[in-house]
Amino acid sequence: MNADASWQQFEDRVLAPVTTTSRTWLLLVVALLVLTAGGFVAYGVQVYRGLAATGMGDTVIWGVYISNFVFFSGVSMAGTFISAILRLTGAEWRRPLTRFSELTTVAALSMCAIMPAVDMGRPDRLWHLIVYGRLESPLVWDIMVIPTYLTASLIYLYLFLIPDAAYLRDRIGDQVSKPRRKLYSFLAMGWQGLPEQHRKIQVAGTVMMFMIIPIGVATHSVVSWIFGMTYRSGWNSTIFAPYFAVGALYSGTAMLITLMYIFRRVYHLEEYLTARHFRYLATLLVAFGVLYLYFTFAEYLTVTYKLQGGDDKLLDELFVGRYAALVWIGFVGGQVLPIVLAALPWTRTIPILFAVSILVNVGMWIKRFMIVVPSLSLPLMPYGWGVYTPTWVEILITIASFAGFALIIAIFVKLFPIISISEMEEGWDHRETPPTAAARVQPPQVQPEPQLGGATS
Amino acid sequence: MAEKISRRRLIGGIGAATALGVAGAGPLAALALPEEKAAPAAKSGPSRQWAMVIDLRKCEGCVTTEKAPQCVEACNAEHFVPKGQEWIQVFEVEGESGHKHFFPRLCMQCENAPCTKVCPVGATYHNDEGVVLVNHDRCIGCRMCMAACPYGVRRFNWGEPENPAGAALANYSPEFPVPHRKGTVEKCMLCAHRARDGKLPACAAGCPMFALYFGDLNEDIATNGKEVVQLRRFLDENQAYRLKEELGTRPRVWYIPGHGQEYGHTVDLDKEPKTPRSWQEQGSTLNNPHPRSEGSGTK
Repeated sequence: MNADASWQQFEDRVLAPVTTTSRTWLLLVVALLVLTAGGFVAYGVQVYRGLAATGMGDTVIWGVYISNFVFFSGVSMAGTFISAILRLTGAEWRRPLTRFSELTTVAALSMCAIMPAVDMGRPDRLWHLIVYGRLESPLVWDIMVIPTYLTASLIYLYLFLIPDAAYLRDRIGDQVSKPRRKLYSFLAMGWQGLPEQHRKIQVAGTVMMFMIIPIGVATHSVVSWIFGMTYRSGWNSTIFAPYFAVGALYSGTAMLITLMYIFRRVYHLEEYLTARHFRYLATLLVAFGVLYLYFTFAEYLTVTYKLQGGDDKLLDELFVGRYAALVWIGFVGGQVLPIVLAALPWTRTIPILFAVSILVNVGMWIKRFMIVVPSLSLPLMPYGWGVYTPTWVEILITIASFAGFALIIAIFVKLFPIISISEMEEGWDHRETPPTAAARVQPPQVQPEPQLGGATS
Repeated sequence: MAEKISRRRLIGGIGAATALGVAGAGPLAALALPEEKAAPAAKSGPSRQWAMVIDLRKCEGCVTTEKAPQCVEACNAEHFVPKGQEWIQVFEVEGESGHKHFFPRLCMQCENAPCTKVCPVGATYHNDEGVVLVNHDRCIGCRMCMAACPYGVRRFNWGEPENPAGAALANYSPEFPVPHRKGTVEKCMLCAHRARDGKLPACAAGCPMFALYFGDLNEDIATNGKEVVQLRRFLDENQAYRLKEELGTRPRVWYIPGHGQEYGHTVDLDKEPKTPRSWQEQGSTLNNPHPRSEGSGTK
């Protein structure tokens, strides 16, 4: 009813986690720190004993580290990608989603970038990649593209954070500790909300949107080519790049739903992260899921039809052999069931979508593991199948990587509002006057996204 | 020159037959030249392009000699190969008709090598003589080459590998990678160091059946230490094939089919092949019929 009152309520809600520290948050952060520390201890053991501390061997040369690497790269994709596409198309409903989408990308990509280093036999020679790096190697493509994507995502996240940092500086600067005030003031870069500043952010943001999309696609393509550039059964595929990219969008969208549900519950954002947002993201999830099913079908049909080389043995193990249980759980539980549940109107409720999003990512982790390990287990010569069971070192490091992902998000939500205040303000519906508190941050006469036109409110 | 080889071979213990065989190998005589004398010739003439031929008609997995595969043991002893990481392996393959045959597999030294292409730091590469080497000072242990190799020949030092006494002082080179290093990838390098010294690879020299031929594609000649053959003609006349030819990796290792394969016979009764001994289990290198020459091994 009253614009000021409702805006005031929104501000209170999104600022609450920033200004107050709850005990739950503290406990969570401590728990995550402990889990992360466990990973460091395990890594110490691995450095001391070598990769002999893992379950990998001369046949199955990669294991959960590389599975995690592919998984996190997948989770990272949807965030900035969806944010960029929705901004470019001027979709109004994006406003409460963009901030945590971009955050998801940054957090997941950080973990993704660490995994290959953890998997290295000689981490002391990491610098060789820079000194001796060869452009012919798919691994070098990854080394180039992933930091690029991470940097681009950070810039993209930061650009649209600048007005919010200024807002925090002006609004709660006196309530927070001095270092935090300095941080906000530093990040705000002297933002005054001038039309010229708005214009600059819009231009830079638009450039980043156009850049982020191809960089995101490139990331998942080069990740897939680590496998696709080999002769191994199950990897020797020409469609691996788009297959991985679509899988990444699928699992990344699911992660957005998971996080959206958690933020909504924990920070009481029901009025801003509405059923409509869940429905829209569910639609995207179904679209990506169906596309992924199509790729899965195309990939396995062509392989099964020809039964080239060792493909028959691999398919046997995957679909009826010793991996069958995991493969079918991953396929039915991670692809078929979630798509059906997210597509049917009467099951498309918020709690079910939350469950669906978790199922998708469990299924997609299994799927990545099933891409990495069985293909390596398949004997290339007349010797037995490779056996791989992760050791406690690998399990602790894997847990730590998930804890690290959550930790980045937890620390971020403590520092910044999880819904972009400035972006919400721009689209504060049909309310004629923006609330007074925000007026000094942003003059109302500025047209958002002038050059994009179209669907703005 | 031939005298010199003979003496070496005799000391080495392979026997007079070898000596005679090599003495007859006129074109191969250059092999016997000490490195410093061979070098100028190599510069003016075409370089060596090493190749290997494995005559499956002769390989019996050493079951007939009541020993473990001698090529594997010779290789283990030559390079102090870490236990369980054999660079050459002998597989027992059962054909669809029930016949069994033995199948030695070393590094294929592919011309279109998948491993060298994917290496992010150029640690694995071809030398001028077509041998795929690994620079263990540069290898970062990402194992991308192991994923790429379609023959499963590459081995990784997952933990701290056991090295012979005094190995720390050894004169490391990619051609003779001792001491072995933790966290790096290893494999057969076709005994590039022995070729330099005019010797057959350890596996070929160790084979009691003379089933392994080593030669030079440029000079079109190969020897198993007993006889000398014209390489391409030998391959052609014996229907030689290369492993997984359809992949287009163009290996430098050829196989001559026949013995014990689909149309052949099962090797020797029901004898089981024995497990090759590691260099530690073989004890002193005195047991090794082919001691390393000065300068190419540990100091």
